Amino acid sequence: MTSNDEKAHAAWATPTKKMTVGALAGDAVNLNIEGRALHSPLQGFGQMWQRTYRLPLAGSVTPEHVVAEWKAHLPEFMPDDSRFYPTLTGVKPGEAIVINASLPAAPGVAMPVDTGVLVLYSDDTQFTVMTPAGHPESGFNTFSAFEEDGVTIAQIQSLARATDPIYEIGFRLMGGAKQQVRIWRHVLTRLGAHFGVSGEPSIQSVCVDPGLQWSRAGNVWQNALIRTVLTAPARWFKRS
Amino acid sequence: MVKSTIALTVRKINAQTSVIDIKGDVNAAADAALADAYAQASGQGIRTVILNFSGMDYMNSSGIGLLVTLLVRAQRQKQHLRACGLSEHYQEIFNLTRLNEAIGIFADEAAAAVA
Repeated sequence: MTSNDEKAHAAWATPTKKMTVGALAGDAVNLNIEGRALHSPLQGFGQMWQRTYRLPLAGSVTPEHVVAEWKAHLPEFMPDDSRFYPTLTGVKPGEAIVINASLPAAPGVAMPVDTGVLVLYSDDTQFTVMTPAGHPESGFNTFSAFEEDGVTIAQIQSLARATDPIYEIGFRLMGGAKQQVRIWRHVLTRLGAHFGVSGEPSIQSVCVDPGLQWSRAGNVWQNALIRTVLTAPARWFKRS
Repeated sequence: MVKSTIALTVRKINAQTSVIDIKGDVNAAADAALADAYAQASGQGIRTVILNFSGMDYMNSSGIGLLVTLLVRAQRQKQHLRACGLSEHYQEIFNLTRLNEAIGIFADEAAAAVA
């Protein structure tokens, strides 16, 4: 086995068809993840977008240090309406991250959505998460840092499409797309503050595929937003 | 940005099929080179473009993202994208990321060309 083979085996998640969630700390709600198939952008419904958010980090911080801190403090960088809960193992290939969030269901009305992601890939300078069925988006989010003209840049790049027609409407008409932009800008701003840097992250949006994949409209059956709302009364009853 | 170490060669093996030979690393830095190679490979009359990974050293998750955007481009041009020469590990990564559902995987170039 070459050193590249060893590096690849260490960085990529072990192949799996369905998600499992390891032990969690705290009050994370583990819902709509276990047993779900993974979705790349190819399995989604809506328009495919690539959005790239960047923040230059002044000073002598290295890309490796930025990504190590990012993995270690990921939950602290997330906003209140998109909480991330890595398993006790941490942000490691093959591990799940539970997400307890809320999405705009109508103008001014937010609904809870409990879902998660799989850590698909992780090395010294980037990590990527992949979504399961039912997540609002189907695709990848890559968190990375690299050097450009002597400056370390922190970057989040998403390549995804809305998973089903309900989410597509939510993203286009209910403020879901704006919320996504706000979340990732928040994360970069908090990451910058962690390194003593203030600044406004830049964003570049590219519509990779304007078409809708109607053959994937049936994804709506696993919609995590609907399932979270429908199962909420039972969970409240269990707790009380 | 990570320095690009990719080297791409484009060959036309028949009137309808081109091959892109990939050497080096497939990562974010390979974006422009891969797009240029695809533009060269997908000339008039081409129905199938084969990505030959037998010389590839390493692919990270950004490389998988590049392949997704390449696939969208191929579909828009009504062309098939196929892969050959992938190691067992990267075949598993194609399965994990479900790229195998849209990019046919073949053992070698000959098999990919006749499929």
